[in-house]
Amino acid sequence: MTAVGDLLLAVDGVTVDYDGFKALDGFSLTLDKGELRVVIGPNGAGKSTLCDTIIGRVRPSDGRVLFRGQDISRLPVHRIASSGICRKFQAPGVLQTLTVADNLGIAAARSKRLWASFGFGQPAAEAARVADILDRIGLGDRRGAIAGTLAHGEKQWLEIGMVVATDAELLLLDEPTAGMGPAETSRTADLIRGLAGDHSIIVIDHDMSFVEQLAARVTVMHQGRFLMQGSVAEVRSDPRVADVYLGRAA
Amino acid sequence: MRDLRRPFGIAALLLVVAATAPLLLSAYDLNLLARFLALALLALGLVLTWGHGGILSLGQGVFFGLGGYALAMHMKLAGLAPGEVPEFMMLSGVESLPWWWAPFAHPAVAIIAIVAVPALVAALFARAVFARGVSGTYFSLITQALALAFATLLVSQQDLTGGFNGLTDFSGVMGLDLNDPGAGRWLYWLTLACLAAGWALVTLLLASRFGTMLRAVRDGENRVRYLGHDAAAYKVVAFAVAGGLAGVAGALFTLHAGVISPALVGVVPSIEMVIWVAIGGRLSLAGAILGTVAVNFARDKVSSAFPELWPYALGALFILVVTLLPGGLAGLRKRA
Repeated sequence: MTAVGDLLLAVDGVTVDYDGFKALDGFSLTLDKGELRVVIGPNGAGKSTLCDTIIGRVRPSDGRVLFRGQDISRLPVHRIASSGICRKFQAPGVLQTLTVADNLGIAAARSKRLWASFGFGQPAAEAARVADILDRIGLGDRRGAIAGTLAHGEKQWLEIGMVVATDAELLLLDEPTAGMGPAETSRTADLIRGLAGDHSIIVIDHDMSFVEQLAARVTVMHQGRFLMQGSVAEVRSDPRVADVYLGRAA
Repeated sequence: MRDLRRPFGIAALLLVVAATAPLLLSAYDLNLLARFLALALLALGLVLTWGHGGILSLGQGVFFGLGGYALAMHMKLAGLAPGEVPEFMMLSGVESLPWWWAPFAHPAVAIIAIVAVPALVAALFARAVFARGVSGTYFSLITQALALAFATLLVSQQDLTGGFNGLTDFSGVMGLDLNDPGAGRWLYWLTLACLAAGWALVTLLLASRFGTMLRAVRDGENRVRYLGHDAAAYKVVAFAVAGGLAGVAGALFTLHAGVISPALVGVVPSIEMVIWVAIGGRLSLAGAILGTVAVNFARDKVSSAFPELWPYALGALFILVVTLLPGGLAGLRKRA
């Protein structure tokens, strides 16, 4: 483990109670700066609820979410987002009628205040950042395309690009390869590995070949609780994981 | 900014052509055209909120009415000696002017109130509703309830608002004698100037980053929030601008029609306003203006010949447009 000073996110004993059903049950997780972490678990393990809780979409009934040492679990959604956490949802959430470049531009906007929008064009620094991200996500030649017309995989990359464009320190990627073929999946893994270091990233997925390509530490969840943590190989060989997840999936 | 030169050039040309209307039309038709151009100003606001913001208001009549009543109150007070009250109040036994009527005696207060009161009411209303996370159909229903409540309130306060009959019988406004035959021209040009200014305002808003943000909120409000923007703020501003435009429209309409009454501001007129814009094209400012003027001229012709037929004709037209031409009249141009 790295030094305590490098800690970025601490989910501390969080419980989320949906009318008696505990989607998260005293769950804890810590993440260091620049770390890439994969969270897996069978359906209903609470992976998406974990993301929802971190970004403030769901409020914990117990426990805290510390980001850079500050409890963010009671802040409004847009304040959490502007403090440096950004999430990519499972279904592509691109802005359908806007161009690819405008989608990224809105994510990259440095000033998110209303009055900053009463102007024309885009500051040079933001335009440069958008161009850079277009290159990284491989959509350089689609910048003027309407986002709603993109292919499924392209939408996923655009949304990853939007999350990156916010320059958030912590990126939450919920099933970034959902609906992708093997070639697109491995391209997405390359893209995400290239982002780690600059960003801390939590990836939620259950496609094990994708998880292997990410080559990151894996946290396994089960029924809203922490089950184990380790490398992909360790997780694969752990009998408890096989019981709850891999065994059932195989 | 560069791509705005063409629309502004075309608009300037159309403005010059439209300014010659007083030379070509009879006084009656000129008055009708002026009324409909005033209504078109309200339609511009619906393009902003509904077309680009995805916020369907079924209560624009409220803001139209606030602007109309603000000016009507001024005109009722103009020419009264100190201590006097308008005739309808006297008939109801009101002997001293209510405190909230008094400021409207000043022309400057009245002019500011025409824009500021509806814009402010729209902003506060939208802020309160959006802050509770209410949007979509529920928002539309609440705006409709607001229109119903507003019209009911006006009718019930006979002694303060003129009740069902509204406010009418104006002699003049700010030095202009409304009974002078030449007054119609000036009012027409005033309306045209207001419409041009409103068009320019909304065009610039839609072309700015604000316009992009508003469309982004329409496409995915949550997405925009999770990107760190205060999505509701954009909707509130759009709704307030539309409210202000509706207020000016109401004031101009009151000048042309010589009356403002609950029947002009309630649920039915509010829904008709949405239909004009649906027919013209809710994403197009030019379409909304055209739709408003065309539907209202049709209404004038049809309802003078077959009064009972008009609601059916309007309903049929609305259904036709929604099913066959989702982009409205403006959508025809894009198809061609």
